[in-house]
Amino acid sequence: MLRIGVFVCHCGSNIAATVDVKKVVEMALHEPGVVHAEDYQYMCSEAGQEKIRAAIQEKHLSGIVVCSCSPRMHENTFRNAAERAGLNPYMVEIANIREHCSWIHKDMEEATEKAVILMRAAVAKVNLNTPLQPGESRVTKRALVIGGGIAGIQTALDIADAGYPVDIVEKTPSIGGRMSQLDKTFPTLDCSACILTPKMVEANAHPNINIYTYSEVEKVSGFVGDFTVDIRKKARSVDMSKCTGCGVCQEKCPSKKTPSEFNRGLNNRSAIYTPFAQAIPNVPVIDREACIKFKTGKCGICSKVCQAGAIDYEQKDEIITEKYGAIVVATGFDMIKLDDYDEYAYSQSKDVITSLELERIMNAAGPTGGHLERLSDGKAPKEIVFIQCVGSRCADNRGKSYCSKICCMYTAKHAMLIRDKYPDVNVTVFYIDVRTPGKNFDEFYRRAVEEYGVNYIKGQVGKVIPQPDGKLLVQGADLLDNKQILKEADMVVLAAAIEPNPDVRKIATMLTASIDTNNFLTEAHAKLRPVESPTAGVFLSGVCQGPKDIPETVSQAGAAAVKAIGLLAKDKLLTNPCTAHSDELLCNGCSQCANVCPYGAITYEEKEVNDHGIREVRRIAVVNEALCQGCGACTVTCPSGAMDLKGFSNRQILAEVDAICR
Amino acid sequence: MKYSYYPGCTLKNKAEDLDAYARASAKVLDFELEELEEWQCCGGVYPLGNDEIATKLASVRALHAAREKGQELVTLCSACHHVLKRVNDDMKNVEDIRTRANNYLDLSTPYEGETTVLHFLEVLRDRIGFDKVKEKVVNPLTGKKIGAYYGCLLLRPGKILSFDNPENPKIMEDFIRAIGAEPVIYPYRNECCGGYISLKEKEMSKNMCQKIEESAEGFGADMLITACPLCMYNLNKNTSTDLPVYYFTELLAEALGVKDEVKKA
Amino acid sequence: MTDKKKQAELIREISGVNPLKCMKCGKCSATCPSYNEMDIKPHQFVSYVINEDIESLVKSRSLWKCLSCFACVQRCPRDVKPGKLIDAARQIVERQRGGDYLSPDEIPELLDPEIPQQLLVSAFRRYRR
Repeated sequence: MLRIGVFVCHCGSNIAATVDVKKVVEMALHEPGVVHAEDYQYMCSEAGQEKIRAAIQEKHLSGIVVCSCSPRMHENTFRNAAERAGLNPYMVEIANIREHCSWIHKDMEEATEKAVILMRAAVAKVNLNTPLQPGESRVTKRALVIGGGIAGIQTALDIADAGYPVDIVEKTPSIGGRMSQLDKTFPTLDCSACILTPKMVEANAHPNINIYTYSEVEKVSGFVGDFTVDIRKKARSVDMSKCTGCGVCQEKCPSKKTPSEFNRGLNNRSAIYTPFAQAIPNVPVIDREACIKFKTGKCGICSKVCQAGAIDYEQKDEIITEKYGAIVVATGFDMIKLDDYDEYAYSQSKDVITSLELERIMNAAGPTGGHLERLSDGKAPKEIVFIQCVGSRCADNRGKSYCSKICCMYTAKHAMLIRDKYPDVNVTVFYIDVRTPGKNFDEFYRRAVEEYGVNYIKGQVGKVIPQPDGKLLVQGADLLDNKQILKEADMVVLAAAIEPNPDVRKIATMLTASIDTNNFLTEAHAKLRPVESPTAGVFLSGVCQGPKDIPETVSQAGAAAVKAIGLLAKDKLLTNPCTAHSDELLCNGCSQCANVCPYGAITYEEKEVNDHGIREVRRIAVVNEALCQGCGACTVTCPSGAMDLKGFSNRQILAEVDAICR
Repeated sequence: MKYSYYPGCTLKNKAEDLDAYARASAKVLDFELEELEEWQCCGGVYPLGNDEIATKLASVRALHAAREKGQELVTLCSACHHVLKRVNDDMKNVEDIRTRANNYLDLSTPYEGETTVLHFLEVLRDRIGFDKVKEKVVNPLTGKKIGAYYGCLLLRPGKILSFDNPENPKIMEDFIRAIGAEPVIYPYRNECCGGYISLKEKEMSKNMCQKIEESAEGFGADMLITACPLCMYNLNKNTSTDLPVYYFTELLAEALGVKDEVKKA
Repeated sequence: MTDKKKQAELIREISGVNPLKCMKCGKCSATCPSYNEMDIKPHQFVSYVINEDIESLVKSRSLWKCLSCFACVQRCPRDVKPGKLIDAARQIVERQRGGDYLSPDEIPELLDPEIPQQLLVSAFRRYRR
């Protein structure tokens, strides 16, 4: 029989206001094996941990139960405290009497009864605990960053500067991401290219950074510290080692009718192209669906004009397999499609555009050379209306439930830039709320109103009505004046909601990283572990985790890098000893456990067993403890009860159930 | 192919044309509209109150009758289409209304929204196909620039009626192309004509119809087509412009070469 | 429960609308073709129900100006369905004795030879119990 100590935490008033902690202590003393029980205001504090240490040593405890918050919160804290006192950390059990009890109950008597039952179950379990020893696994000192936008670039630079090699995998032909499409950035109005392109160059030149553009992650296996990743390098049809980036091929290419992805389809590009002039690498790709040579076999002009002989029509996709210790997801975002918002006439009028399209129009390298003009007739607009929250904050299945967070600020930026450069253009913004939390943000918005005379109207727009003369009639509400407004405009700009890059679903599945209903990757803890995925070794950078602007993205990118560096700096990782193992006398070799194992940790071997004196060779499941993550899927699947999980054995779980039902 | 047919009150009276041209066109297009026996008026507007059951029963009877015949239920009038589809949705998805309506009707097998309701235009698009309609056209309306007037009741609420994109529909435009004419897209085509308001407040309806016709004319329409007798009335009665308004079935019959025989009859 | 609360509850019941879903964006009022004829504007209906001021609501001219065109229902980003709220207020009036907005006696004067049956049927359904 163990000598068990029970420690009941008040969690300030979080637990103690609803659960009679003294009663729990009193009841604990009646449980089999319990030789010590006490309560304290904050068991996780220094003083609380000291109480645990003292009790373990003075009362020679061989197992403890802490009745407190969720084990997700403080299991490690208490395991470490026990270890410091000389107790095996796996002789610690947590009874969650906060989330599972005090927070969800109001009645003290009922809550106390439940807390006692939870304590009893934990005591029953710890009675059957055995000391476990974690194993060790190696750490591959190389990081993978998925996505080459500002988030991915910053994370890669920070990891690389710390001395670890990093690979960036970017789907498009160049790194740079959304930020490379922006003209100016709020709240300082510096030019996006001027602050981004040096970082792109730095990443490209960094000895520790290797960039795979036009490439996608195809397969991920392994686990924290030891991931194996297949990367598909799509055939560029251009030899990167030979190309000098002179650009002649793009000039001469006769197929020039493909909408430019970089310019949001506002103009066309050639079939052989680099997305933009400052692309990194400055090596074009051939879009095989648009290329005449690939479609008809005739043409080959790019090959003829290429002095370097870099064009290679025979190039094939290449699979690169590489090992990584840490993976950072930085897959970014796109704007939602506006098909369901035809009341704003986006698909009916060329002069109704999205904010990102406006960025391209305002940009000197954009389709209009930075000149603000209507796309329908090239005329200079005199009245521009901005509509906020298009598809954000929706509860109607058309849009997104969340606030996209960046639109209020970039709209103020657009409005200000237009008023600054074209003082004769009137700018009106229809808003629901102006949300500008952030350093110097509200001041920025107020400048747009007070110094630049941007007309902010509180109210949404109901319909944009194209007129026969090409003008747009904007029918909106002014809720403060209680009026319906009909405003004639030359251009309408829609602040469309942002959404995570749709590819992130595929990547999350490969990484077994969890994702929310909006396709944002989930953090391990919303407040305390915001850049870590619940999957060990996978970190989050940028908008893939939630809407954020550039300063926030860069901060988070750095934080994700620190977490990755913290992992890569270790030579060995302790593995979770709560792994599965099969009882060779019970196993019938049916393979069901291997089929459900998400980590590929189960294999089979032919093994001679001695079953009550009968020696025979049987097919038996074997668990690779380095791969097993202790999820328990095999134990519940096993039809013969041969699979069991250390630390969560069938006996332990049944003992808990018995204790609860007692 | 045979469909159950629900003509509705106005198609037996002021909008006989809408009905007659449709029947004649259906013959050419090889489908039959089998009028339900003893149908009752749908009420013209969908009863919005969640507690209104009795006013929905006429529609339920029609829907049930079509189910018993194992046929899809076709309507022509925008209002009937609106009411029948919404009541059908209630019978399918709103448990309280379904239970109470069935308690009233006491049918041998309760009605649970099994019938598919189709507007005549949906039959052309989804069952016949506009390409097939085009093949049967003997008298294409070449050169005519036609504005489709949808109004409200064909389109909204989009989720329940699932007729077309409520903000940027194209079914009538595709229809116009099928009969050889050129569709004119104008922004007021899905704005309200005033509906029943014109009984007591002509001015309000006038404002709306004026905007609709001016917008259509501005974009170059020579005429409008509609599926709704009330829209037809308001657009004819409550505007100072003299843009002609036709039932879409009249132009269909004309294109299919059966207009004159309907007129003679 | 106070009478005011009861009335507000009744509106919520008849309409099935939860006014608390509204984020006060005003898209209904931006959309409404009858806006200028209304004394209480579509977006205000929600706050009148939340504030339990049904007395003002049922006296409102707006009840008789709504066209049931469902533009507000279609475009509301919060799925509040303001049109159903207005109709529920109308129902409360019409279900009381003397609450009809149209009487058969008025009809002969309003008739013209082209009026479609549909117009009369619809008006009777919307304006009377």
